Parts: sequence; structure tokens; C-alpha cells
Amino acid sequence: MARAAWTILAALCLAGPPKPALAADIAAGQEVFALCSGCHMVGDDARHRIGPHLNGLFGRVVAGHDDFRYSKGFERARANGLEWHADTLDSFLANPRAIVSGSRMSFGGLDDAEDRVNLIAFLRTFSDNPADIPEADPTATAIDHDLDPAILALVGDPEYGEYLSGECTTCHQAEGGDDGIPSIVFWPEADFVVAMHAYKNKDRNHPVMQMIASRLGDEEIAALAAYFATAE
Amino acid sequence: MTINRRRFLGRSAAAAAILAAPMVRAQGQGNPNVVVVGGGAGGATAARYLAKDSDGAINVTLIEPTRTYYTCFFSNLYLGGFKEMDQLGHSYGGLAATGVNVVHDWAVGVDRDAKTVTLAGGATLPYDKLILSPGIDFVDGAVEGWDLSAQNAMPHAYKAGSQTELLKAQLAAMPEGGVFGMVAPPNPFRCPPGPYERVSMVAHYLKANNPTAKIIVADPKEKFSKMALFQEGWADHYDGMIDWIGSDFGGDIVAVDPANMTMTIDGEETAVDVCNVIPAMKAGRIAELAGVTDGNWAPVNAADMSTKADPDVYVLGDASQQGDMPKSGFSANSQAKVCANAVRGALTGSRVFPAKFSNTCWSLIAADDGVKVGATYEATEEKIAKVDGFISETGETSDVRKATYEESEGWYAGITTDMLG
Repeated sequence: MARAAWTILAALCLAGPPKPALAADIAAGQEVFALCSGCHMVGDDARHRIGPHLNGLFGRVVAGHDDFRYSKGFERARANGLEWHADTLDSFLANPRAIVSGSRMSFGGLDDAEDRVNLIAFLRTFSDNPADIPEADPTATAIDHDLDPAILALVGDPEYGEYLSGECTTCHQAEGGDDGIPSIVFWPEADFVVAMHAYKNKDRNHPVMQMIASRLGDEEIAALAAYFATAE
Repeated sequence: MTINRRRFLGRSAAAAAILAAPMVRAQGQGNPNVVVVGGGAGGATAARYLAKDSDGAINVTLIEPTRTYYTCFFSNLYLGGFKEMDQLGHSYGGLAATGVNVVHDWAVGVDRDAKTVTLAGGATLPYDKLILSPGIDFVDGAVEGWDLSAQNAMPHAYKAGSQTELLKAQLAAMPEGGVFGMVAPPNPFRCPPGPYERVSMVAHYLKANNPTAKIIVADPKEKFSKMALFQEGWADHYDGMIDWIGSDFGGDIVAVDPANMTMTIDGEETAVDVCNVIPAMKAGRIAELAGVTDGNWAPVNAADMSTKADPDVYVLGDASQQGDMPKSGFSANSQAKVCANAVRGALTGSRVFPAKFSNTCWSLIAADDGVKVGATYEATEEKIAKVDGFISETGETSDVRKATYEESEGWYAGITTDMLG
């Protein structure tokens, strides 16, 4: 189910006329967060209110605060090992009770996929430093970068990307498995491009990834992003 | 350049064809044929990528004698007790499901004029392109006193499987305070950090089970891969247990006596309870039989891994002489993908992209103490040339070393999937 959610995101990014992959709009996400802020806080002074604060959400197990009383539904979800990632958050925000039945959260869900992408990107800015690796979540769409928009606008050649992907799949599994090295399939293209340029520019500090990215040109990174966004 | 082609003239072509018929599954009529010899990191990857990417337009046959492939990489972790042997074993079922015709037999001859490969079972397979990835064999007479008939008394354990299990059994049977000897190989050889990771894993086992035992290593080299990292780790984890004797102290003047279980280093005889002899290496035999070797290895063109001797015969991995890449599973896997892209392009007209190579080698020194070294490479006219690289640093925190080990587990899952589906 989690993968299905990603496929939807990836499909959204590819829909429509040639344009940059749907880059999440953090400012728009902040506006969407107004729907949440009656109960949830984020940021430096955030604390639990009616709902728990939402800092450091990404990559942690649901219902992860010892000092917050969760509903039985959330405790069950924690026992089942549900974690907050972009894909699970997207599913949860689309229909909270479908994911965590018995949640006390009185919120019907966000129908608009773009609202969800923007909100998730906004929330991602309150999680751990995106320079930390390995990370399983795409660093939420197009945040914290100063990439030339022309680079993000490049339309990648997926066939070239498929060839280049051979250099990735020695470690990253083509089917998306994660046994100690994160999955890189079904990322929105913009996330992929931003992440690879962050390695190339040495903003992220993994030596293997810096080395690999340093050898890739802008067109090659776009080609890889295009291929992995839709890889089987 | 040695041109030493062996041909199999003893059988008629008709007889061979009859034998071949039931063994080799019928594939597309009129399609080009690629035969791949050797189902390791190079050959399995090449076969899988050719079958997967050509979508039935190329008949891909893989010749591999063993039915279960045991990875050489991570086999030291079995010696250290971190892996079970069955975790290192993989079947070829995934390749068959991808459309590769997997034939469990030995390739015993190549006729480059007729463009056929002969199998020990008698079949003769035609090829348009032949990819050899036979790994390594040992140079005769490389270590005085040792030959293959002595490999049970003194295992090499440098082809994973029964030899590795034998060495582990001998390690476990060592008397209290006994001596584990190793003869390390000269360059170039498969897996440059391999012998030293093995020393680490043996030390790890002995520290827990036989702490007064000693390890003595006779090495024909002055230095070795990740030397500073290993020596730091040996001092930290196994102080006083390991005696490494390099060539500047006579480690290159070594003889062994398998009957009496002794090794003699620079004239000084030492009784050993276990002796792991890793002799000098050369390309797997079939490369020599095909006449594509020059000396111990098969020189290849960096752009596509085709041999200097024959543009329709390619050599991957350990057996190739390509330039700057280490002989590793990662390298063979990387070369295989470049080769598969070029071969497919030559046979079907599909797009051929520029060669790009990379390698990373992880080694485990002790529990959660992993280190790595890696580099990227490009194809030049002359060779595969190193572009850029990195290595773990001495004095790294335990968190970094643990993350490096966990990353190596991820790589193992990744590369075995990439090779075998």
C-alpha cells in the first residue's frame, strides 16, 4: 500500500505538459497547516497540545512520544510498526481513519493531492537535517536548495537513465528493497535531482554518493530521476 | 601476445549437436546468440542485463558448473561467525526466470574461428558474442611445497564454498594456544583487502574461543589495501595476536610443508595448526584456453571489455587485465553492465552509452567495525583509469564504523539482487 501511494505521487509529477516535476510549495504547505494548527504545533517552541507536536516526524514510528497520551488506535498502529514517511503521511492525510482506525483526530482528510504534497514538504522542514544520511525519505520536495531552476526543468531521458541506473543498483535495489541502503525508486523527480545535486555539491556528506554524483552531469542526473521515478 | 588456440576436433559437429539439443532450451530462431561463461559477479550480471534489456531479442546462455553460487564476498564473515554458509548461497533460478538459459556444465574449449564453445558434457554452442567471466585460478608452483593436491591440508579458501567450510572447521579444531598461519598472495589478486579481512575475522573468532592462539602472516608485499585501517583495528581489538611479516622482513621467502604442517619464512621454520595458503593468481583456465590471455590475465579494451585478441570475445572481472580497477565482485558487476550495453548495441542496434565504472570494497575488522574504500573510473584508449576515490579514515567514531558495516549489508543485498534477480 505504501508503494501504491508513492506511485500516485510519481504519477502526479509526470502528468500534464512538459514542465518541471511538481515541486512542492512549502509556503503553500504552511497555509494548509492552518487546518492543523488548532491542535498541533511545529517549530522551536512547539509542545504537545490537543495533539502532539509534529517536529521530527519523518522516519520515526507513529505515536512515538512517551509524554503524550495517544488513542488506542495509534497505539495499535505503533505496535504494528507503522512509521511516518512521506508515503504513509500522504495516505494518512488523505483519509486518517483508513490508516489509523480509532484515531481521536477530528479531521476528515485532505482530498487535494497537491495540498498533501505541500503540507508534507512543510512538515519535512521540521524534521532532521536533510544532510543526514542514509535517509529513507526523499528530502521533501525541493526544499532547502538553491538549484538553478533550469536544472530542475531539464527533462531526463529515461532510456539513458536506465543504463546509468546500473551504477546505482549495485547497492540500491531496483525493486526498492531497503536492507541497509535506502530505496531510491519512485521518488518524485525533483526530489531526486535536488538530492543528487546536494551530494555533487558536497552539501550531503556520504563519501560514496559524493563520488558517484561528482561524475554525473545535469542531464545524467535528470535521466536517472526520470528513470527511477517510474522504474518497475 | 600468445595465440594458443585449442580446438576440439575429436567429435563430429553432428554428434555434438545431438548432445546439445536436449540440454539447451530452444530460444528464438534467428536471434543472435550470446554465451556467457561463469556465473559470478561478472557473468551473472552480464547475462541478466542482456536478457532483461533485450526483451527476447538475444538468446543468452550462461554456462556455470555449480548449481548454488556461494559469494566470495562476505565469506570471511562466515569465518568470523557473522554469517551462516547458507546465507552466502544463491540459486540461478532468478536468472532462468529472466530468460537466461542456465546450463550447469563446464566450458572446456573455445573455437574462435568457428565461434563455438564446447562443454564437458559434449555440447557445442555457437555464439555471436562470447563473454568470459571465469574468475581466478592459481599459478602453479607459486608457493614452494603447495599445489592443489595439498588444498585439504592447507586450504586456500579463495573460491567460496567447501574450501571455506574446511578452513572454518580447521580453525574451530585448533588446539588451545595454537598457531594459524597464512601465506598472502602477490599483486594482482582477487579482493585486495580479502586476506586482511580474513585475518581480522580469524582473530575475532580466536579472541572469543581460543584467546591465547596466534596468527602469523607471511606476505610477499610491503604494503596492502587499507593497511593503516587494518593495523589500527588489529592493535585495538586483537593486540599481540597477529604477527604480519611483510617482504621487508622476509615474508616473500616462504615455503610450506603440508605433510608436517610447517611454514618456513626466510629460513625460519614454524609449526602451524592451520595454514591458509593463498597462492598467486591468474585468469580462470577457459580464458587461457580461448587464447585471449597474455601472461596471467586477459587484456581488454576499456570501452566495452572486449579482448585485445578478439572483438567478439569479452572478459569481465578478476580474469581481465583492464587497468586501475581492483579485482572485486563490485568491479566485475560494474564492468558487466558496460559490456552488456555494448554487446546488446552491437547485436540489436540499441543505444550504446559511454562506459562508466565504479567500485567500493567494504571490510569488517571486528563486530560493528566496518571500513570501506572506493573509486570511480573511466575508459581511456589505454585502460580503465581511476578518476576519483575515497577511503575510511583512521580514528573514526564507532557510530561511523557501525553505519559502514550496516551499509555493507545493504550492498550485499543489492549486488546479489542485481546479479541474480
